[in-house]
Amino acid sequence: MFENIGEMVLLFWRTLVALPLTWRQRQKAFDQFFEIGNASLLMVCILSFFIGGVISLQTGPLLVERGLGSYVGGVVGFSIAKELAPVMMAILIAGRIGSAMAAEIGSMRVYQEIDALRTMNINPIHYLVLPRLVAIAVALPMLVTFGILVGWLGGALVASANDRIAVSFEAFFSALRDTVALKDVANGVFKSFVFSLIIGVVSCHQGLITRGGPRGIGRSVTKAVVNSIVLIVIFDYLLTRVLLK
Amino acid sequence: MNGSSSNQKGVGIQVRGLRKSFDGQEVLCGLDFDVQPGEIFVIMGPSGSGKTVLLKHLIGLEEPDAGEILIEGQPIQSPEVMSQYRMAMVFQSGALLSSLTVGENVGLYLAEHRLRPPDEIARIVAEKLEVVGLKGTEEKMPSDLSGGMKKRAAIARALVIEPQLILYDEPTSELDPLSAVVIAEEIVNLKDRIGVTSLVVSHDRDLAFGVADRIAVINQGRILTIGTPDEVKRHPDPLVQQFLHADFKRHGFPLEQRKIEYEKQP
Repeated sequence: MFENIGEMVLLFWRTLVALPLTWRQRQKAFDQFFEIGNASLLMVCILSFFIGGVISLQTGPLLVERGLGSYVGGVVGFSIAKELAPVMMAILIAGRIGSAMAAEIGSMRVYQEIDALRTMNINPIHYLVLPRLVAIAVALPMLVTFGILVGWLGGALVASANDRIAVSFEAFFSALRDTVALKDVANGVFKSFVFSLIIGVVSCHQGLITRGGPRGIGRSVTKAVVNSIVLIVIFDYLLTRVLLK
Repeated sequence: MNGSSSNQKGVGIQVRGLRKSFDGQEVLCGLDFDVQPGEIFVIMGPSGSGKTVLLKHLIGLEEPDAGEILIEGQPIQSPEVMSQYRMAMVFQSGALLSSLTVGENVGLYLAEHRLRPPDEIARIVAEKLEVVGLKGTEEKMPSDLSGGMKKRAAIARALVIEPQLILYDEPTSELDPLSAVVIAEEIVNLKDRIGVTSLVVSHDRDLAFGVADRIAVINQGRILTIGTPDEVKRHPDPLVQQFLHADFKRHGFPLEQRKIEYEKQP
């Protein structure tokens, strides 16, 4: 993974330089955006709901036993907004969308479609990478925002329905409002934006350097997902350090 | 390739001392040859002889370790060449973009470079598809086409560029004899119609001797001979003759024995 960091930074830079061409590639970017949303929305809902529920279930009884029941909404809301939703959604998207990007571009590389683009003087970065990166950079923060809301809902439902917690809906969201500031949600969404760039660049890069036949495509897909997840976790720590200041 | 030149004349190519190695193995060992404007130049050789690598150099997909390729006297690496001359390549597999329809594939160059309005692109696409005998296939996906149809669609995509140089990589491989004849006729028709320079890489002897103005035979990255089809047929090099006369007869002599028999001939 680390031997390709330079190439990935260069790919990211070339895509950034091509950003003014986004309008020309808007149809492809929109198609990708629709694909990401369509493929992931239901999974995001399910994942977020149950993450909210399980955090509520894990922390609720402990807090209530210590007379801190009024903090359940805050703890659940805070952890989902700042940490769990951005990281878990990014891992989900790396698995679902990053793998698809690497496979599609990798197959185009193996079957000479990218060479064909070059012979037509069509830059593969403009044609393939730019729309995907723009689409994922818009879609993931939106999915994470949605996931945060669903996660809170899941946490609140479990907190009110579980006898050992028994924190009402109103009390849960009142505590959440007192603890979680808009800035905390913005932090989580910003993290997801950075993660989306990581997934996009790593996956497109793996696709573009694919060699060999179907086995090569399989290797690229695996590397795209694994490398994305490793970088997401590393950047999560770095961003948390920076954003805590 | 994104040129605005209206000049339809084919371009000349000069290859000088071209060398390329992959992982220490030399694939092109100092090739020198010229291709005249408007000529059909066929490069023949056995599999693995470096034909496709040479073709990729000629369209700028690979960079040589040494030597140079000149298009009308200008190095192919210079950006001016790519913008001044229109070049196209027909890949062995067709290399149609599998996510686009046949029509979108054929019109891709014009659409991406915004050279024509959409309705005109649609008209040009229909016209070029008709030229290659694929009328009415605009809405089909490449996966719906046979191997021969894919190659013809790839030729139509190349025609849209109105190329001055067109490169064919094994244009008749995997095709039935009838489809191969259609492709061969199309290569000759293109030359006659628009004067395009055609460079064909193939190990199909029927195609090579049927369409070529000149033929180069290469083996292990070296040119064994260059000449007209008749000159190549008469060339005394045993490797050339072995390649040109290799055939299979049940219960016949093994190839090596036939080669010895041939060399004994006066």
